[in-house]
Amino acid sequence: MPAATSDPEFMTITVQVKRYDPDTETHRWDEWQVQALPTWRILDALHEIKWEQDGTLTFRRSCAHGVCGSDAMRINGRNRLACKSLVKDLNPAKPITVEPIQGLPVIKDLVVDMDPFLQAYRDVKPFLIAHGNEPTKERLQSQKDRDRFDDTTKCILCAACTTSCPVFWTDGQYFGPAAIVNAHRFIFDSRDDAAEERLEILNEREGVWRCRTTFNCTEACPRGIQITQAIAEVKRALITRRV
Amino acid sequence: MTTTPAIEAPRAPKTGQKLRSRRTSRAGRTNFELYSWLFMRFSGLLLTFLVLGHLFIMLVLDGGVEKIDFAFVAGRWASPFWQIWDLLTLWLATLHGTNGLRTVINDYAERNGTRVTLKTLLYTASIWMVFLGSLVIFTFDPSIKA
Repeated sequence: MPAATSDPEFMTITVQVKRYDPDTETHRWDEWQVQALPTWRILDALHEIKWEQDGTLTFRRSCAHGVCGSDAMRINGRNRLACKSLVKDLNPAKPITVEPIQGLPVIKDLVVDMDPFLQAYRDVKPFLIAHGNEPTKERLQSQKDRDRFDDTTKCILCAACTTSCPVFWTDGQYFGPAAIVNAHRFIFDSRDDAAEERLEILNEREGVWRCRTTFNCTEACPRGIQITQAIAEVKRALITRRV
Repeated sequence: MTTTPAIEAPRAPKTGQKLRSRRTSRAGRTNFELYSWLFMRFSGLLLTFLVLGHLFIMLVLDGGVEKIDFAFVAGRWASPFWQIWDLLTLWLATLHGTNGLRTVINDYAERNGTRVTLKTLLYTASIWMVFLGSLVIFTFDPSIKA
């Protein structure tokens, strides 16, 4: 995106990025001035830096429209998607800070190793498990049954929630909000038969009981999922043994 | 581009830290954490009444803290009602606090050795406190010299 500096709408913003150099294993903060429009997203500013100023800056992004969940970053101290955060919403008068999401090993600059996060996701068996004979027609579901887990179907696995959770930060063993959200999506699905199995997995030492309801995850979720409520519903299902 | 010195990220993973992997232990699949979570809720609720009631009686009713002396305690513990009230407060508060500290230690102790040491200290202190407190409540003798 070429910066048309003659456009009066353009302003100079300062972007500070916390970088990690895997060769020297050192962290440092780099700072760039970018000509940006107030309606630019932080991702546009990062592109401007990478394409025009410093090609070594490394970050993930795929769709760039808030659907793929690749570009979760800690922007101005809060986990957000770089492609959904506008410059004008972040007080452009001050430097905008961008860091990798916390609690996962950093590979380079803003790129973190997502394996531990995705392993927790795999551990809750995030796929339909149905016993008995396969129906000859589709598996019908009432609107009410579908609504039961509608909120948790919105997850894009960006890890903004899990890496904003102070319990996950401590030792990385906690399943984390994202895994619980995706377990919730199947536990409360009337077509699924493995609710009991998933509840047992989340009942273990590193499961839902480590949640301290700090609501960091709910605040961080770029999809607006009521994560803490979903976790509470899983806790309730474990106590009452009813889904 | 200007470069400023690095600032350590809050709680970035330390090198060598164990992260969740396919081999992460499946141990601990009991209902212990469920019961401990429920216990925290119910004991907390009960303690609100027990502790606030205790404070109100001791500090506000009939002349406040000045009235508390040996005779006052002796009079109260003559009644099974206050014995049970105090016993419940003692047990619930100690177990509630112990369980809370247990989770704090689980969260913040990084090495196994530290974790075991701190928990041993914690459990020893709680058992000792519950034991001594219960002993005093039940064996309190009002006829000894004040």
